[in-house]
Amino acid sequence: MREAIPQPSGDDREKLLERAMARHNYAGDSLIEILHTAQQLYGYLSPPLLKTVARRLKLPPSRVLGVATFYHLFRFTPPKPHSAAVCMGTACYAAGAPELIEAIEQCHPDPATWSIGAGRCLGSCGLAPVVVCDGRAMSRVTPSQLEARVRTTG
Amino acid sequence: MNSESLHTIAAAERDRQTKFKDRIMCCTVAGCLSAGGAAVRAAIEHEVEAAGKTGEIEVRGTGCMGLCCRGPLVRSSASDTIYVELTPNDAPALVRGERGSLESRAMKPDHPFYAGQRRMILGNSGHADPERIEEYIARGGYRSLLRAVTELESEEIVAEVKESGLRGRGGAGYPSGLKWELVARNPSPIRYVVCNADEGDPGAFMNRSVLEGDPHRVLEGMAIAGRAVGAQQGYIYARGESPLAVERVKTAIDQARREGLLGGRVLDTNFHFQIDVRIGAGAYVCGEETALLKSIEGKRGQPVPRPPYPPESGLWGRPTLINNVETFANVPIILEHGGEWFASIGARSSPGTKVFALAGRTVRTGLIEVPIGTPLRTILFDLGGGVPEGYEFKAAQTGGPAGGCIPSQYLDLPMDYDSLNRIGAMMGSGGLIVMDTSSCMVDLARFFMEFCMDESCGKCIPCRAGTVQMHGILSRLTRGEAKEAEIALLEELSGLLKETSLCGLGLAAPNPVLSTLRHFRSEYEAHVREHRCPAGHCRMASAEVFA
Repeated sequence: MREAIPQPSGDDREKLLERAMARHNYAGDSLIEILHTAQQLYGYLSPPLLKTVARRLKLPPSRVLGVATFYHLFRFTPPKPHSAAVCMGTACYAAGAPELIEAIEQCHPDPATWSIGAGRCLGSCGLAPVVVCDGRAMSRVTPSQLEARVRTTG
Repeated sequence: MNSESLHTIAAAERDRQTKFKDRIMCCTVAGCLSAGGAAVRAAIEHEVEAAGKTGEIEVRGTGCMGLCCRGPLVRSSASDTIYVELTPNDAPALVRGERGSLESRAMKPDHPFYAGQRRMILGNSGHADPERIEEYIARGGYRSLLRAVTELESEEIVAEVKESGLRGRGGAGYPSGLKWELVARNPSPIRYVVCNADEGDPGAFMNRSVLEGDPHRVLEGMAIAGRAVGAQQGYIYARGESPLAVERVKTAIDQARREGLLGGRVLDTNFHFQIDVRIGAGAYVCGEETALLKSIEGKRGQPVPRPPYPPESGLWGRPTLINNVETFANVPIILEHGGEWFASIGARSSPGTKVFALAGRTVRTGLIEVPIGTPLRTILFDLGGGVPEGYEFKAAQTGGPAGGCIPSQYLDLPMDYDSLNRIGAMMGSGGLIVMDTSSCMVDLARFFMEFCMDESCGKCIPCRAGTVQMHGILSRLTRGEAKEAEIALLEELSGLLKETSLCGLGLAAPNPVLSTLRHFRSEYEAHVREHRCPAGHCRMASAEVFA
């Protein structure tokens, strides 16, 4: 049984995913690589997408879900338009990262459009504290700078 | 590709470079890029073109030059000077040679930050473009591989590595030569070489910088290892969180393959060696070798009991040599200069250099490389410039969530594996974070325990449940809600985790607790007895916030 992945017309994501799997000869051990590709193409891993991967790689769906949920980088819900990830590396933590999270929470960003959270160490420890806001790294951030940024973005 | 063409490429590239009056090398590693390095490079390139100097000045990217806190950094080859904190507006001064306005931001190699270092692994940073194999070859690259495949028997390579005394740079410090020998002696027809680039410790970016700044050095080290242990396939397991490193490594593999330095018939010999990249997906436990191997096999990254160790039974049950990025990066150097020479550098029990990521409360922070055994005081005060005015040194934390802290009475301790172990800290993979007196050591222990709790894979109970219990106690301590007996309970649980956990994550998770208890027990007691945080960091439950 195959559930269709909803897609706009002229969408070649399915073809691209198929090509990636073919490049790995549909080998089961390429599962993590394929999940990376699938998430890049679709933004997140939906249940039908996971089933497709399982079927094509000839793996039990339980194995695919088990692997996907084990790793932090895989997402199972669509990404939100805006994001702020406060680096929680040791240097950023000591330089006041927890206060930055509080600062964002005080702005009450709309949970439908913002994903807020702590991120793993980015390795830019010389610029601590660091926040990645909509994909761009902000360095030596102060709570007021961050509040301004979140409020102006909406 | 054979020995002759390797020399031809090197000579042609050196010729090409001498045609330029100056080569402006812009740092293209993550730290400087997040400080706006890309815009600076674009401005310099634009200025060179506008000034009509494309034939005189070459603008290139390069690896990490170390002083990340003052990025973006740019090095001028002609004057051997590094300029710091550049903005796009500085491009005209830099290009047109009117560098007076840059004087205050110029650093010569005799600057204390560089004078105290010995840059071997990072030797090409500031000098070569990581995206061009010719530049690596021009600086002597792939000569060691050439020697390994044409002149040396595999036993001779292993002997050389053993003689060098090289110890694993991932943190545990296991003698690399012994590991190589175990794999080389295994009769299995199929063997693997794996490079552990899953650097997940918070505050550690050494491996990532090496991969971003000099990927060919790691590939060469792996290929030599492949020749030594009789493997034809290598894997680099890199972090999904560092896409730039992955991209650079993939570019480097393609280039090396095209030049016949990887793939079938390496350097026209009958040695075959492929390297593939596998990308992790954000699981700290995958830094543990058996978990990493499971992840390469496309499974959940959960560790399995050892023995059998990977040299006996690793990837798909085959003998597998698994080493850290920095360990492999040392191999071409050892083969070039000989094991005996290498053994003369650094500490007697742990030769060579170590790359540290210096961060936290020092004047200068960034990536440094020093001979192993350099005293902590030299690193913090000569290279790091000491603690900024208005702050007071409290402790240095090494080894991330698996490590410990070094208080001020041990500042003269040589930084080597054994000395650090003796005081309950560890070398770790090279994260070195300096804390001042405003940092609470109980909260630091809680911070690391929270990390281990989140990252525990859940396979064994001591780690899965123990980290949660320990985190609970530490959280109550930082809120001033814990009872005195809970400190003893914390110690008991630490012992339990160390005795019974399955893998390194659980075994090492209590280290920050034990180390802070050992050196800062009075802080724990103040939290319990006086409901007071001596560092003034923790907000106690009696305060309104937690009322």
